[in-house]
Amino acid sequence: MADLLKCPLAERERVVGKGRAQVIIELTKGFWLTLRRLFSAPITIQYPEEKRPSVPRARGLHRLERHENGLERCIGCGLCAAVCPAQCIYLEAAENTEEARYSPGERYCRIYEINEFRCIFCGYCEEVCPVDAIILGPQMEFSKGNPKDFIYNKERLLVPLKSKGELPASKDAGSRSSSGLVASPMS
Amino acid sequence: MAQTDTMILNMGPQHPSTHGVLRLELELDGEIVVKATPHIGYLHTGFEKNMEYKTYHQCIPYTDRMDYLSTVSNNLAFTMAVEKLLGLEVPPRAQCIRVIWAELNRIGSHLVWLATQALELGAATPFLYAFSEREKILDLFEMASGVRMMTSYSRIGGLMADLPAGWIEKLAEFIREFPARVDEYETLLTKNPIWLKRTKGVGVLSGADALRYSLSGPNLRASGVNWDIRKQSPYLLYDQFDFRVPVGEVGDTYDRYLVRMIEMRESTRLIDQAVRVLPAGPVRSDNPKVVFPEKERIKESMEDLIHHFKLATEGFSPPAGEVYFSVEGPRGEMGYYIVSNGSNMPWRVRVRPPSFLNVQAIPFLISGKMVPDVIAIVGSVDFVLGEVDR
Ligand code: SF4
Ligand code: SF4
Repeated sequence: MADLLKCPLAERERVVGKGRAQVIIELTKGFWLTLRRLFSAPITIQYPEEKRPSVPRARGLHRLERHENGLERCIGCGLCAAVCPAQCIYLEAAENTEEARYSPGERYCRIYEINEFRCIFCGYCEEVCPVDAIILGPQMEFSKGNPKDFIYNKERLLVPLKSKGELPASKDAGSRSSSGLVASPMS
Repeated sequence: MAQTDTMILNMGPQHPSTHGVLRLELELDGEIVVKATPHIGYLHTGFEKNMEYKTYHQCIPYTDRMDYLSTVSNNLAFTMAVEKLLGLEVPPRAQCIRVIWAELNRIGSHLVWLATQALELGAATPFLYAFSEREKILDLFEMASGVRMMTSYSRIGGLMADLPAGWIEKLAEFIREFPARVDEYETLLTKNPIWLKRTKGVGVLSGADALRYSLSGPNLRASGVNWDIRKQSPYLLYDQFDFRVPVGEVGDTYDRYLVRMIEMRESTRLIDQAVRVLPAGPVRSDNPKVVFPEKERIKESMEDLIHHFKLATEGFSPPAGEVYFSVEGPRGEMGYYIVSNGSNMPWRVRVRPPSFLNVQAIPFLISGKMVPDVIAIVGSVDFVLGEVDR
């Protein structure tokens, strides 16, 4: 009690004075406030015509990144699948050959699937990926009628090749490490 | 003579005033509640059990999803419990940011409480005002963590990442404007005669009864018991800051309202102080056995890469033992009891959920009351069913 008395609120009248006048005064104060707010700028966003801007760190739909030269970043190390709390990543790695080269190093990912239906968008996969291959992007709207459509395979996850069109602007992948450094591409 | 009998009325589980899927079985004699039985379990998810099959690091996103309105304090209680088990020191900057986040979260949670409570008692305006303010808090969360609600920002040994550029400025703007917003809510409610009629003297809970039901947080304080874990056993940097703990006099719904309003003001002051002393430095401990090394380091150093692989694939194994750690969440004492058998997964995780204990007091509070008061009382004790059922 003593503690409450120190607070500014308790210094005020805790009980409304009796009588009709007081009741009307208090109600009018409230209505006056509402009326004033009526003329302030609206804060409602007319979704879906209007959308909130996404933030650089947004944890939305995944994508698999490529190097500048178009090779895939993912090396099939399996860290993302191991750390995923929802166990929604499935992958199989394979060896690159001289005829078929997918990634710069020895290994690449032959099968890479994320079940976005199970995913909880914790961002752990992006956090542990040693080569910044898997990135959670700003896309938050990808609801579908069929649960099977939520299984994103490598073709759907990989960013399109530059030759087929502009490569989507790459998110500052290193921005989540506390130093804020941009990850350098492995060559 | 006419025969009278009591009637059973199911309130919930799909009732907007039960704040989730709580089913209250009310035995009514006319408009008077003779007996009330809460039925819980509609949201049972098995989180506690699930955590026994996850590494400590993987458990963190589970904690968010229990009490989805106070994700930050859930993360905090869990990560700090593990840190206590490991004896791990967290850098001061991370501790200060944790205070800021926990208090922002308290404001956000109290705003939702205020909004829904007011709406249920017929005042729609505070509902809209409070949610528009909470939106700003969620924006701040999103800016730093990438997600609005399930932030998982706290990590064992520190934070997910440092605050992004411009975050502190945005926060400063929020805390500059927020006290005026609280004044507005108070203009609408504190002396509003209808609000007073609906809340004053309704659902009185004495301090002794509140203790008997193991209540904590604002509910306990409204009943006149001065108990706040931030004061009783200070964690993080709370002992360095000046803040007051509001304590009620009567323990009615109105006092529970007042206590939360004052807490929002005090949280704003706390954030203000924390921002002023926010130290520079790292936000994660540099213990490579527990905390992921920086991304650019693993590209250069083989040793860091090995640590990184080992941590990501099997996590870390704290020493065998048990630990309990609790923080003052928006709804009361939020605690985690963790038993480790020395493996990389907890042997048992037990949550001390404030919401569950709050629900426990409901039958006592509403027995003998009128049906309209049931709405006011059930709302005033503040619970989140995700945490009740876990
Ligand atoms: S965001 Fe989390 S849940 Fe989703 S795939 Fe990545 S690690 Fe798994
Ligand atoms: S996405 Fe990254 S973490 Fe996952 S397998 Fe590929 S390289 Fe490894």
